[in-house]
Amino acid sequence: MATPVPTDVQAVFVEQAMEHMPSLYTAALRMTRNPADAEDLVQETYLKAYRAFGSFQQGTNLKAWLYRILTNTFINSYRAKKRRPEQTDVDDVEELFLYRRLGGLEAAAAGRSAEDEVLESFTESEVKEALEELPDQFRMAVLLADVEGFSYKEIASILDVPIGTVMSRLHRGRRALQKALFEFGMNRGLVGEREG
Amino acid sequence: MTGFGDIGDIGNCGDGGIGDCGEAMHRLYHYLDGELDDVRRADIKTHLDNCLPCLDAFDFEAELRLVIARKCRDRVPDDLRARIAVALQHEFKAAGGPPITDGITGL
Repeated sequence: MATPVPTDVQAVFVEQAMEHMPSLYTAALRMTRNPADAEDLVQETYLKAYRAFGSFQQGTNLKAWLYRILTNTFINSYRAKKRRPEQTDVDDVEELFLYRRLGGLEAAAAGRSAEDEVLESFTESEVKEALEELPDQFRMAVLLADVEGFSYKEIASILDVPIGTVMSRLHRGRRALQKALFEFGMNRGLVGEREG
Repeated sequence: MTGFGDIGDIGNCGDGGIGDCGEAMHRLYHYLDGELDDVRRADIKTHLDNCLPCLDAFDFEAELRLVIARKCRDRVPDDLRARIAVALQHEFKAAGGPPITDGITGL
């Protein structure tokens, strides 16, 4: 196997890895919930990635590889600092929680614009806060799937868990996220508790 | 996992629809996540083409996801880009390579 000379590795790394910084930074912010920690996490991720770049298989998914380094670094170095409760009880949150309260047949009959308007009215900070409220495991799964669009298989590889675990975390995380968004809507009087 | 047995007015188009509402609801996220094989995907698509309640629920979930993805972006601070560029240059120099400036801070 031909090993590229260091300067080639450096040029390739810069060319391929730097473009992923915006999504890595976004993920780091959601994970750490803190800009200073997020910046340190992204910087550490890039340094680790550069040092390990020789082991990256060209042709495979570099973004997923970078995310794996990011999440491992977060789990090992940052998560321990936070002592937030990891319990979110979503057992009382039914399927299609938000849809049942914002949409459904009545909205469909009245045209879809009303429910789309409500969804659109959630602010960036509300969406970010709703996501950040989720326990780490759920938050990372939802972030990787719904914000970054990774496949179940890629998420399983990034988080180093079985695909069944990914699906279970996504399922619970999405329900908890819907409940959090609904509560923001309620607080603003945007949506009301629907009868029946 | 909670079933969709108590789905109420959603997923209960019954007689008029083609295919099974419960099945469609059960696979909603797999469908939206692009994780179904072609046959199952086509089955769900056929059902949605014939079942307004299910289609409406699917549309809502798809729209919600777009809103979440779009409203969850943050701009990388310029000083972070600069910090990472400096840190990498330091690594490159330690490895004996010439400085690389093209592309490292730009985006």
